[in-house]
Order: sequence, then C-alpha cells, then structure tokens
Amino acid sequence: MNKSIIETQFQVQNLNTLYASTIDNDRLEEWPYHFTEDCFYRITTKEDFDEGLPLGIIYATSRNMLIDRVTSLRYANIYEAQCYRHINSAPLILSVKNDTLVVETNFTVVRVMHDGDSMLFASGRYLDKIKKEADDLKFAERVVVVDSRKFDTLLAIPL
Amino acid sequence: MTTESFNDSVVQWPSESLTEIPYDLFSSRAQYNLENEAIFKGPAWNYLCLDVEITNPGDYVVSQIGEISIIVVRNEQGEINAMVNRCAHRGAQLCQKRSGTTRKFSCVYHAWSYDLDGKLTNVAFSKGIKNQGGMPKDFKQEDHPLRSLRTTEFCGLIFGSFDAAVPEIENYLGPEVSAKVKRVLNRQVKVIGRNTQILPNNWKIYMENVKDSYHASILHLFFTTFRLNRLTQAGGIIVDESGGNHVSFSKLDNNMSNKEYKDGEVRSESNKVKLADPTLLEGVDEFEDGITLQILGIFPGFILQQVRNSLAVRQVLPKGTDKCELLWTYIGFEDDDEEMDKRRLRQANLVGPAGFISMEDGAVGGFVQRAMRGVTEDFSIVKMGGHDANSMESRVTESPIRGFWKKYRALTEDFVA
Repeated sequence: MNKSIIETQFQVQNLNTLYASTIDNDRLEEWPYHFTEDCFYRITTKEDFDEGLPLGIIYATSRNMLIDRVTSLRYANIYEAQCYRHINSAPLILSVKNDTLVVETNFTVVRVMHDGDSMLFASGRYLDKIKKEADDLKFAERVVVVDSRKFDTLLAIPL
Repeated sequence: MTTESFNDSVVQWPSESLTEIPYDLFSSRAQYNLENEAIFKGPAWNYLCLDVEITNPGDYVVSQIGEISIIVVRNEQGEINAMVNRCAHRGAQLCQKRSGTTRKFSCVYHAWSYDLDGKLTNVAFSKGIKNQGGMPKDFKQEDHPLRSLRTTEFCGLIFGSFDAAVPEIENYLGPEVSAKVKRVLNRQVKVIGRNTQILPNNWKIYMENVKDSYHASILHLFFTTFRLNRLTQAGGIIVDESGGNHVSFSKLDNNMSNKEYKDGEVRSESNKVKLADPTLLEGVDEFEDGITLQILGIFPGFILQQVRNSLAVRQVLPKGTDKCELLWTYIGFEDDDEEMDKRRLRQANLVGPAGFISMEDGAVGGFVQRAMRGVTEDFSIVKMGGHDANSMESRVTESPIRGFWKKYRALTEDFVA
C-alpha cells in the first residue's frame, strides 16, 4: 500500500471520529461544519434504500438545513435529555474520482437516557462522498442507511 | 373468549360523561383483551394497506389488526382479500415477509397450501403413504379455508373487518370525514418511504394525541419558535356522528393577532430564531383551498396526514398495554413532477420519528404512560371546548378526544352488556 492511500485512509477515519465527537459530546453547533455548504444529508432505512424509495427521516439539501435542525433541537423541540455514543468501523474507501472520495463506514450508536437507561439505538452504514475544502475533508454527501426500519420513541439528535 | 369473563375485571367508568377518562384504561390487561374482541374484531374498519402496495394479482402485504397478523392479497380476478395469517392446520404463521408476490400460500410446517382466496388446495400426504396413515374419510378440504375478513377500498385505502355487520365505509366515516379523505386522496398515489416508531405507551394515548388539537401549538414549538404558525389560524374541527372519526384542519392566516399567545404565556417567543434555509417550508397550495394542515383520524387506529405538501398515512398497532407501534407510510402522487417530489421530501422533515413538529408526540405519550404505573384510581379531564363530541370552528377543543371515547364506549360497553 502506498503512502498516499494510507494517508487518505487516516484522514477519512479522522473525519469520522471528529464528526462522531461533535455529536456524542453535545457540540451539535459544530456538526454542520463537517459538511460542504451545498451538502446532501439523509437518514434512511435499509428497506427504503434497497427499494429505491427516496424518503429521508432527516433530509437536508444544504448545510443551512443542518444548522436549522440544530437550532430547532436547541430552541423548539421537546425530548428527554439523552446522548449518543458512536462506534465506527474503519472506513472502506471505494473510489477516488475527481477529488471526491466515495467511502463506506459502519456504525453503531448507543443511546443513553438521562435516567441511565441505555440501548443499542441504531446500526448501519454511512455512504459518503467526501471532498477536500481548504485543508479539511468535508462531507458533500452523507447517506445514513439504518439497518432497522424501527426507531425507538424518536430520533432527535442526528446520527 | 366469552362475554362473561370480562364483566368483573374491565375498567369501570366513573360516569356517563365523555369528559372523565379513567386512567386504568391505559394499563388494564383485561381492558386490553376486551379491546381485541370488541374493537379490533368488532364492527370497525381497520386500515390494512394502500391499494398501490398490491397492484398485481398475487401481490400481498402482511398487515395487522390489533395484534392479529393479516394477509392482504390481490387475487387472480384482481379483487382484494384479507385473511388471518395462520394456517388452518396447526396455527403456524404462513407469511413471514412483510410483502411479496405469490401464486399460493404454503405453510412451511406441513406444506398445507391455500389459493389467493384462502381456499385450502393441498394437504401433504392426505392419502398417506402406501395406504398407511393419511387423513380420515370425514376430512374435507373445503371445510378448512383461512379465516377471511370483510374488506373494502376507499380512495386507495384498504380496510378490513372481522365483523360482517360493519356499515359501508362512507356511512362508517360520515359524509364530512369522507369528503376530507377524498380531498387529499384524489388521484393515484405512490409510496415514497416507510418507517416505524416504537412508542412507549398504550395505543389509545397516541390516538388521544392525534385527536387533540389543543396541544398542537403548545407542545410542538417548531412553527411557533420560527414564527410560522398560530393556533389562531382559521380552521375547524369535524367529528362524525359516531364520534370515532375526526378531521382537524387549518388555513394560513397571517393577519391574526399574537396577543392570545402572549397572554397565555406559551413557552418560546424568542425573536432571535430564524430559519437559515427556508426552502424547507417552500410549499404550494396543491389542493387549491388554502388548507395547509389536515389531520384526519379513522377509528380505531388510522391517520391520514397533510402537513403542507407532506402527505402520509399512519397505522397505530397495539403491542401490549404499555407499548404500540406507529407505522408511517409517506406518499406522493404518481403525477408529481420533480419539483413536487423534492418539496415532499424536504417537508417530510416536519413529520415522522425525527419530525420538527411530531417528535414530541413520541415522547409525550411515554410521559403519560409512566404516570399511569400502579394507578387504578383517578381519571383525566377532557373538558376543553365543552362536554360533547361535536364539530366546531375552534381548535382550542378536546371534542375529537371525547368522540374517540364515545365510539370506544359504544363498542366495549355493548360487548360486555
């Protein structure tokens, strides 16, 4: 394996870790800035994805929509205090085309409620298109394909 | 189950009034069992699936009525059949997959097979082997079909009933609720996605929530926070004569005063909050009547939703006294253009498990259910908007909730009477 592949692998893994860190450590305001301005972000189920159904449980066509999501969570929405813990697999870099990395990474998310109740909330795959912007890698596209069609109670914090 | 076995243990209502709802309705196992017999197997139309989900002969989906698994299939003649998903032999479930296409239903246990009308067509080794074993002479295949239900189709919605005496669907809904179903489902729909929310509460708590227009802009602050909506908008409430079916609708009216909100000390009037990307809400008046929100409930557990251009049907399925599942099927129309497709996808952010104006409904039912633990006394008060289950212009009312209980009592009290 040549040095640049190893370097790319490391950079993508680092992006995934930083991304999870903003969510898991309640720095949601930083979360949209892991995306490009004209990004696409969608949470879907494996069932819908395999059937080609376009719905997103969260569906954003710009970074500003992600910012709105965070604003809404902070100021408008009512949900019980909870936090996530992401465990990501090593990223699988599928291709590099025109400066766009096509990457797939597995995740599991444990949800811990304020009273201590803890559960495996979601597992699935991130299907990403990643671009370099200045010195940072950003998600131009992140499709979160959740393995199960069922969501416990609600999905407030993004995956 | 016999009628007599319910009498001692079911929930006793404190009075004839529709305004006092005993809390043990949400935790009593005896009441839950009664609901299965009197409501889900009673004279009610239970939503099963969309017409477009079973387009061709042999297409089937596995749905549910109460906790009973139901196969809905289009037969060779193009008619729709609904049958209990249970082999007539030893009771094994026939279909495990949620949907598919088949020419027959064959049980994996002993290979008993049924045609698309539920008729038993084959019994493996019915004549035995080498004249040994096999079914006795008095066994007749035609005596053992799958248990079938009455079905009906209305505006592309398929309903089923265990009770042949259930009224025709438009009589069941009443003219006004029927008209509001037709208003939305006026042409060929297409499914754009599905998911399921596991709710930590009794199914009736969710139905009360759906029928509660009083809470809408108090609990759900997305529109209020971003200053996009007020309960003072023009609109109305329709409750059908039976009480079980309702419509809540509103029209955008930007000229109304915000005084009631300030006086009511409703949370959140923070002025700093603005949408960074308002294209999320960019909508069109697709039904050309100015109605931007219409929530329609059909007894016992069906909801048709129009939130601007976000359309969905929701099916509420009981999973024990303290749990239910909410199945969302998001729809558009076959003739939607690309812009409309995108609009529906963006506006779907408003609803579902992560919906800007619906995620609270996932949480609040749990708050109610938790407070019911260990409770066998007391009742809730449902007096907002009066004592009756009538239609009215004001949405500051709990009239549709009273309607739900009116229908609920009619079915359950008739059953044990």
